[in-house]
Amino acid sequence: MEREALQAAVCELDSAVSPLDANADRAAVVVEASALPAIVRRLRDEPRFAFAQLLDHVAVDWIDRGQFELIYQLYSFKHKHFLSVSVFVPREDPRVPTLCRVHPVAEWQEREVYDLFGVLYDDHPDLRRLFLEDDWVGFPLRKDYQDDFMLDRPR
Amino acid sequence: MTVEVSSLKELVEQASGDDRSPDTQEYFVNMGPQHPSTHGVLRLVLKLDGERVLRCIPVLGYIHRSIEKISEHMNYMNCVHLTDRMDYLSSIMNNWAVSKAVEEAAGIEVNSRIQTIRTIFAELERIQSHQLWWGVLGMDLGAFTPFLYGIRDREVLNDVMEETVGARLTMNYVLPGGLMADIHPNFVHRVKEFIKYFRPKLDEYDDLLTNNVIIQERLRNVGILSAQTAVQYGATGPVLRGSGVAFDLRKDHPYGVYDQADFEVPVGTIGDSWDRYWVRVEEMRQSLNIVEQLLDNIPPGDFLVKKLNSKIKIPEGRYYSQLETARGVLGVFIASDKKDEPYRLHYRSPNFNNLWCLEPMIKGDYIASLIGAMSSLDLVIPDIDR
Repeated sequence: MEREALQAAVCELDSAVSPLDANADRAAVVVEASALPAIVRRLRDEPRFAFAQLLDHVAVDWIDRGQFELIYQLYSFKHKHFLSVSVFVPREDPRVPTLCRVHPVAEWQEREVYDLFGVLYDDHPDLRRLFLEDDWVGFPLRKDYQDDFMLDRPR
Repeated sequence: MTVEVSSLKELVEQASGDDRSPDTQEYFVNMGPQHPSTHGVLRLVLKLDGERVLRCIPVLGYIHRSIEKISEHMNYMNCVHLTDRMDYLSSIMNNWAVSKAVEEAAGIEVNSRIQTIRTIFAELERIQSHQLWWGVLGMDLGAFTPFLYGIRDREVLNDVMEETVGARLTMNYVLPGGLMADIHPNFVHRVKEFIKYFRPKLDEYDDLLTNNVIIQERLRNVGILSAQTAVQYGATGPVLRGSGVAFDLRKDHPYGVYDQADFEVPVGTIGDSWDRYWVRVEEMRQSLNIVEQLLDNIPPGDFLVKKLNSKIKIPEGRYYSQLETARGVLGVFIASDKKDEPYRLHYRSPNFNNLWCLEPMIKGDYIASLIGAMSSLDLVIPDIDR
């Protein structure tokens, strides 16, 4: 499917899905946090979408808006199309349901985001630090993170 | 719904607590972080029953250098130079991935000379990466000779690339908007000599390892990864193709000048270690074909489209670009806020995602199979940790 057609078709799935209101280089939608696993599962199982692989999961700390943006990059081997799914969660209470049951690789991609951003994944089977030690304090990729060894302080 | 944050200690204690069998006891063994066959500082916590692997928990972070955080304080030109420290065997491809992402986002067009040279270097690097992998695979399985053969041929290729790039390991050559230097006058001639030298050597590789009965026994029907599991566990590159999914970005979403080259994508059948082995050896042949086709037709032109400018600004938005390295799909995600520094830069590294296939592959199998299966994944640890 072409980019616009794909974006429109995904938005028609459910009222929890809307187009992303920002510049992006591919079809991009915003999904409400609570509806995320169900929507991604439908995107995986419906033959016209067939998003079989979760390529990447990345978080962005929009500190001015007080939000984390969680982005899931989906890819379909069958139709060779991409989709970027965004979820916005508040910075004070970043919680989102896990995608482990839909795409097993999410288990580790989510652990990476927990490790570096402190986003909590509901129902995650094994939520632990991934790169840093278990007793590390703070979440380094947050924009306001500081420790004594930093050369570049947040501005 | 609950959120529970646990630690490795808790996990190990909890798992050993529920063992009530009267005869054998399950136990945990650390493999690494300094084990020779983990190819770097990867630590695997193995839960064993005798010699059988029941669980395999990778513990990461021993070489985490926070490249993503550092990049947030750097302009796009500088970000490129950190990337060849991630997957040091695909360094030019890593440079290219960032350059490609920046060029696509900022709308910089590069001429076909630049694209052709980039493609040739990427393929040469794929060959030298697979040469090292091939040698190391032999060594992991207990044969020392293949390592010497692999390194011997890799030296020849490294000398050729060193003449142009100036480095042998963390090669730093591609920039947003072009290349750092033009190719050396000897380059085309020497690459042709290398191709003439290396083709018969590939047959020698077949004699030494591919047709060796011990290697066949150690790799065939070991570490089987079904196509469905490979897709679900995020595998890409030779690992995914070994499982029978013919997905190669060079064919499916061509970049550079791959659309001008005629080559095949080798695909495995059942997804055992052997298939992954065969796919990589075949890829070396295909890469030689690609280089051979492009070498005589390098178009004239500049090696840099415009004067070096460190202040590349990217319009506000989110950009994701990807490229096929020797190990799989390297994705570069950029979130930009109109400045010359990325607001957030993220690398989707192929090894990070391929690593998790290890547990489904070897669950219930012997430790010795784990070594072979891991070698067939061709992991580079700095790329996992970033």
